[in-house]
Amino acid sequence: MPNNEAYLQMYRRMLAIRLFEERVNDLYTRALMPGLAHLYIGEEAVAVGVCEALRKDDYITSTHRGHGHCLAKGASPDLMFAELLGKKAGYCKGKGGSMHIADPETGNLGANAIVGGSAALATGAAYSSKYLNQGRVVVCFFGEGALGQGVLYESMNLAQLWKLPVVYVCENNLYNEYTHFTETTAGEIVARPAAFGIQSATVDGQNVRAVYDVGSKLVDRARKGEGPAFVLANTYRFRGHHVGDISRDYYRTKQEEQRWMEERDPIKILGAYLTGDHIVEQAELDRVQDGLAAEMDRAMQWAIDAPYPAVEEVGEDVYA
Amino acid sequence: MHETTDTTDAPAVTVSRELTFGEAVKEAIAEEMRRDERVVLLGEDVAEAGTAFKVLTGLVQEFGPKRVVDTPISEAGFTGIGVGAAMTGMRPIVDIMFGDFLALVMDQLANQAAKIHYMSGGKWRVPLVVRATLGASRRSAAQHSQSLHAWPSHIPGLKVVVPSTPYDAKGLMKSAIRDDNPVVFFEDKMQYKVKGDVPSEEYTIPLGVAEVKREGRDITIVATSSMVQVAVGAARMLEAIGIDAEVVDPRTTWPLDEKTIVDSVKKTSRAIVVDEGYGRYGVASEIASVIAEGAFYNLDAPVTRVAAMHVPIPFSPPLEDATIPTEKAVFDTAKRLCGK
Ligand SMILES: Cc1ncc(C[n+]2csc(CCOP(=O)(O)OP(=O)(O)O)c2C)c(N)n1
Repeated sequence: MPNNEAYLQMYRRMLAIRLFEERVNDLYTRALMPGLAHLYIGEEAVAVGVCEALRKDDYITSTHRGHGHCLAKGASPDLMFAELLGKKAGYCKGKGGSMHIADPETGNLGANAIVGGSAALATGAAYSSKYLNQGRVVVCFFGEGALGQGVLYESMNLAQLWKLPVVYVCENNLYNEYTHFTETTAGEIVARPAAFGIQSATVDGQNVRAVYDVGSKLVDRARKGEGPAFVLANTYRFRGHHVGDISRDYYRTKQEEQRWMEERDPIKILGAYLTGDHIVEQAELDRVQDGLAAEMDRAMQWAIDAPYPAVEEVGEDVYA
Repeated sequence: MHETTDTTDAPAVTVSRELTFGEAVKEAIAEEMRRDERVVLLGEDVAEAGTAFKVLTGLVQEFGPKRVVDTPISEAGFTGIGVGAAMTGMRPIVDIMFGDFLALVMDQLANQAAKIHYMSGGKWRVPLVVRATLGASRRSAAQHSQSLHAWPSHIPGLKVVVPSTPYDAKGLMKSAIRDDNPVVFFEDKMQYKVKGDVPSEEYTIPLGVAEVKREGRDITIVATSSMVQVAVGAARMLEAIGIDAEVVDPRTTWPLDEKTIVDSVKKTSRAIVVDEGYGRYGVASEIASVIAEGAFYNLDAPVTRVAAMHVPIPFSPPLEDATIPTEKAVFDTAKRLCGK
């Protein structure tokens, strides 16, 4: 059982992601950010609950909706903002942008803009961890849309055959872009890992404490060499598929969104637990929020002021 | 393949309207779906969402979910399903949101669709259209910005369409759907909002017929897809310094109208090929070879490619902008080749 300080840490991390993402949206609406971004708002408990169960040298792979995973694994907001703005100081020198944050320092193998694109890569990292006897665990984050990609099943089969230390974390936020997952997904999701004999768990992805419990059990199990696992985290994205997805009436109702935001906000849920049990006072949580907001504002402004890469850099990094 | 214009149902009066590139594509698909019940559309978010680029909005309302079908994110699967359905009496159009995802589809396309007619000694046919996008500069980074039309162009058995205007997009899409072969149809995602004249009466444009988009005497600029606009822009700049450029648009990379291209270069004796794919081993290289072989004795300067820089497409705007052919680059190249 984690102590209260650990829960407070998870609260901070979730809030940091939320405040980061709100600023990303702001950068988009102020036309300061090139391209689009897929916000993680509403899903923070999944990344934070799972990553709190990881060591610093454990690996993750992430997705197009990846800011939350990267921050939860320890990325710095300033370098993230800089990457999102295409600045030289960014994690990928401006070459990757929102969908491709990668950072070896924090074990982040990279966000991936191909749906399902990291399933095999994550499994390969687990293969290497086992071969090199490193005891590292790999978490492969993906949306339920990736369940449509065959490479996921090829990878899971290999992972189970070879008892690889990888945890597949399926974030079911109900929609593949603009289509409800029930229109694209046959049968029960957890029947799929079960077909390979992979242990799975279904968890309320809005409750970070539950995610942490499940995550740490399966991560420890993988680390001990007992094989891969699959987590189905039920969650919801509060915003559009991407920042430009404003009119959503044709695929989901305002009432549905409202209900999730009011009743199922992971930050509110943990906040209520912390204050309800008098672990912390609301005033303390407010102070946390003010501190993080100021930190995010500074990071964002630093990135706005940072220079672009020089054009000559375009040809660098094609080959190692 | 060589469809002639079908005027049987044409209205007596030609009404020309402005349509966007996206509307022209949609109109072609809608007309063919009305004409032939075997035409169906398969892809991610093609129905209510009308595709991620909102190009096909309204089709599901007219044709229903039986013919405009949202698929799971399973590109290899639904493309292969398109191949099998095409072999057995249907004329599917498969929608690949970003051309980059062709990488996921290549087995179905290159090893299956392309070869089935030949391997079966001409017994099976695969009347399939794969729609895909190309084009950078949308700040979408390396996995959503590539122009991969060289890939299917390299494979015997596939036809490849790279339209540059709404008019061409409509006429070529109709021919692609009526073709008995697998056709990959590339739309530049940056062009969807570009407008152009499209007559309201029925017409088709045969696959394999180039068009001279601008006549000129001094240099030929062969350009594909949205690079035709770049070439025309460069030609205007060149006019100001006394160079008269001809712009040739092949419209399909296979079949390739080699004659129109070579004839143009024989007339002008200089050639540039502008293409948004990679220059190395690419469409620009192939067309340059065709020119070198066909017009060698008429050439006064080396045939020169202006194509995407040979790097993954970077995200950062100043870097991305440096990777794609520009009017200025074409202008400078033409000026140099003309010795001005
Ligand atoms: C192979 C592939 N096909 C299609 C897309 C376009 N696309 C981007 S996100 C997305 C939906 C993904 O849904 P899901 O995996 O559930 O993740 P979510 O966006 O809900 O987080 C699609 C279809 C893509 N990036 N990659």
